[in-house]
Amino acid sequence: MNNLLRENWWKALAVILVFYTIIAGFLSAVPRLPILHETIRNLYFHVTMWFGMMLLMIVNLVYGVRYLSGSSIKDDIYAEESARTAMFFGVAGLITGMIWANYTWGAPWVNDPQLNGAAGTMLAYSAYFILRNAVADEHRRAKLAAIYSIFAFVMMIVFIQVLPKLTDSLHPGQGGNPGFNTYDLDSTMRWVFYPAVIGWALFGTWIMNLRIRLRLLSINKEQ
Amino acid sequence: MKKTLWLIIAGTFVFNYLLAQGEVEMADAMRSNGKIYVVVAVACVVFAIITAYIITVDMKVRRLEKNNKK
Repeated sequence: MNNLLRENWWKALAVILVFYTIIAGFLSAVPRLPILHETIRNLYFHVTMWFGMMLLMIVNLVYGVRYLSGSSIKDDIYAEESARTAMFFGVAGLITGMIWANYTWGAPWVNDPQLNGAAGTMLAYSAYFILRNAVADEHRRAKLAAIYSIFAFVMMIVFIQVLPKLTDSLHPGQGGNPGFNTYDLDSTMRWVFYPAVIGWALFGTWIMNLRIRLRLLSINKEQ
Repeated sequence: MKKTLWLIIAGTFVFNYLLAQGEVEMADAMRSNGKIYVVVAVACVVFAIITAYIITVDMKVRRLEKNNKK
């Protein structure tokens, strides 16, 4: 029992933090702003999806590089499954963003550099899976995918962290728009937002962990 | 003197107008009569079920891993 707790404490922490996010996210005080109204609470649910995706993409990058230096197929499995889980978070981020945009900006898809950048990122990582499926040999596939994942990670950073900040975007903190600090004069939202980011990221890590373990099991069975 | 008085009166009106603009409509009624707790309860139940499902998958994987080691 003690051993079980020592191995799985972070899963419990993920669940506790997400429950905290749901409860405090709906009930806590938020800044009263025009246009946004209560939808400002989406910060705890929509933005955290993108943070979760980016964390899992970092895992993908790290294991890609690890494969290149060690040529262990286990590292490749870690890389692939982290990217797969990250894509789920990305899709959740896109859909929730479209719902939010529909009610605050007037349309589900506005011509905004952050939106197009996010879509570009998703396409770049779709290409990652297409590339994987195109190569039959296990080690060749792993090597190509690892090299491509470095490229895709750089694209993601440019698409969603650099380019939108250089031009005008409707998203806060970009192109002269007020950032998170202005939304939140007394920092009350930080008390929910940061735990929410950690909670969702850990939850994503849990799902990734399960997928990796299943893949490793199936590989052991083949041998 | 008269000019300053007028300025003060005009200023008060402008200030009042700005204050009225500052009031943003929020779901206060939903919060005051407590119905927001219903939403929180539903969201919590949904997440609890997802968590329970993932825990069962985790347990299944753990069992398989144990069998594999033997």
